[in-house]
Amino acid sequence: MSTTLILIQILNGLQLGVILFLIAAGLTLVFGVMGFINLAHGVQYMLGAYLAYWLHGLTGSFIAAFLLALPSALILGLILEFLIFRHLYARDHLSQVLATFGVILFLNQAVKVLFGPAALSVPVPEFLDWSFTLVDGLLYPAYRVALIVAGLLVALGLWYVITRTRVGMLIRAGATNPDMVSALGVNVRQLFLVVFGFGAMLAGLAGVLAAPVFSVEPGMGDDLLIVAFVVIIIGGAGSIRGAFVAALLVGLVDTLGRTLVTDGLRLLMDASAANQIGPAIASMLIYVLMALVLFWRPEGLFAAKVIR
Amino acid sequence: MKKHALGMAAGLVALGQAASAEVKVGMIVTLSGPPAALGQQAVDGFQLALKDLGGTLGGEPAELIIEDDELKPDVALSAANSLVDGEDVDFVVGTIFSNMLQAVFRPVTESETFLISPNAGPSTFAGRNCSPYFFVTSYQNNQNAEVMGAYAQEAGFTNVFMIAPNYQAGRDNMEGFRMHYEGEIADEIYVPLDHQDFSAEIARIATSDADAVFAFTPGGLGVRFVRQFNDAGLSDRMQFMSVFTTDETTLPAQQDAAEGFIAAGNWAPDMATERSMAFVEAFEAEYGYVPGGYAMQAYDAALLIDSAVAAVGGDLSDKEALGAALEAAEFASLRGDFSFNANHYPVQDFYQLSVAQREDGAWVTSMGDQVFDNYADSFAGECRM
Repeated sequence: MSTTLILIQILNGLQLGVILFLIAAGLTLVFGVMGFINLAHGVQYMLGAYLAYWLHGLTGSFIAAFLLALPSALILGLILEFLIFRHLYARDHLSQVLATFGVILFLNQAVKVLFGPAALSVPVPEFLDWSFTLVDGLLYPAYRVALIVAGLLVALGLWYVITRTRVGMLIRAGATNPDMVSALGVNVRQLFLVVFGFGAMLAGLAGVLAAPVFSVEPGMGDDLLIVAFVVIIIGGAGSIRGAFVAALLVGLVDTLGRTLVTDGLRLLMDASAANQIGPAIASMLIYVLMALVLFWRPEGLFAAKVIR
Repeated sequence: MKKHALGMAAGLVALGQAASAEVKVGMIVTLSGPPAALGQQAVDGFQLALKDLGGTLGGEPAELIIEDDELKPDVALSAANSLVDGEDVDFVVGTIFSNMLQAVFRPVTESETFLISPNAGPSTFAGRNCSPYFFVTSYQNNQNAEVMGAYAQEAGFTNVFMIAPNYQAGRDNMEGFRMHYEGEIADEIYVPLDHQDFSAEIARIATSDADAVFAFTPGGLGVRFVRQFNDAGLSDRMQFMSVFTTDETTLPAQQDAAEGFIAAGNWAPDMATERSMAFVEAFEAEYGYVPGGYAMQAYDAALLIDSAVAAVGGDLSDKEALGAALEAAEFASLRGDFSFNANHYPVQDFYQLSVAQREDGAWVTSMGDQVFDNYADSFAGECRM
């Protein structure tokens, strides 16, 4: 294990962290501010990717697809909010889980009917279809850099909105004490609509950006949803800063774990046993991390509030 | 469990002359979740065969009932029970995945119903647990990897980096590759089945001294790995060899990222025989996409049933005669040479395949050199029927 490889893996870990942040950012807002468990966040990510695929097919341009997919994701999110989610805010978490799980099943099946079951792909936009040499023989695609920049921009933008604007102030207040905010004459329902629409758009954005790197397929958001929940639980529900730090942490732990655990075990036991146990331990690491955080700081690293 | 079948079955019955179906076939394949594309290929392949046969099997009107196992063993099991007990089918065709086969194997074979697998060919039922009621029209699961290993050995690769998902089939394929490959293994990595970002693995491959990669990354996993591998510029540095990674279900998404990648198999859609070419043309005209091995093997499963029913003159009550007729495999397989071994797994030729773009722009696997002639699996010797 060379130092170069470890440095590359740290970079890869941070990059995975940024992608996770894009997915977790919307989820933490909705979960933290509205106290609403939206399991359908993963399929909203998937819808973003499918919108990118569909619009790219129509327009032939990634930029156009990107620009059209965002408002479309927002509209789809608002439709879902209007039809289903709005009726769940006052219900308990179990009803929310059941209903949003139903949305997952429905939308996964719907994209399968519309686009077929096979994995699809969106080509990398031409102006980003180049790469530079990271180390001898390993290229780093420019699109990956763009992805990291986009993630950082989103983080920066969210930080600005949350801490420097009036809406952000209301969101923070709503996260801390929604009843008081409502009593002060703020239309909480409207605030929730804004937050939810924003969350849906962030999920869609993550899906659009991920489409050229990952595969576009039914159920693609389901696996990431679990990791996204791990991220927001570690970071503290409702905290954008927490989601950012936790996403980077999870990305690093996951990536370095995959590399180091198996190699480390090979020093202790024979290679085939290490190959057997290593990957299993590596995939548990982020959950161990979550358990540790929950043990020491049950409210997460940067809790906006204690989850009701 | 969903019944996709009613409308289709009714249509097929109408194709036959008689009002009541005489050969009843139940199909259990995976039609939901990410791997649904494989099940769809099998369904379409089987239905095309029925269409070509005029809605009959062995001259008798046929009825087809399709069940989705949803890739859940309990769903597969209840589908098997309802087909065998409720519908009283004569044949069950399934499954795509080996773990689904484990679930349906006993209920189907113990009721003395013939089970014909168009894809799953686990070692479990190839050796001591073989059954006179179980036939496979695909391969024994390890064989493609064995062929790939033999090719790697022949082609002179000396340091291969192996990657697979962390479950039984992943390990089986890695073992299969080692059977005929004698060079160094640069490293072997196991990833989760739903792995998204391969950057960490690709960095390890790039910093190893491997001259080739051997991958078993089926479905969406393969789409992500192949594209990220190519984006990292590794395609120019080492040969990509794989099984179940670059096939007709994943190539529409991988496209030029997989150009020149090598695979192993018993057939490719450009096999230059008259029957195979006619099949591919008819399939594409009917369903609008390129058939892969899954479709070909399901088509062959229908031909196999057709030949056996014809051989016994439509008398399906004499199970022994019907079993013997199936064993004889008196049908013209789309892939050419085909016969059953003692364990009812095929003995067939295997080829090196490579990914190429067809003239009409579609990305497909293309026939390369034959690696094995009449290749049998290594478990048949343990089978006593």
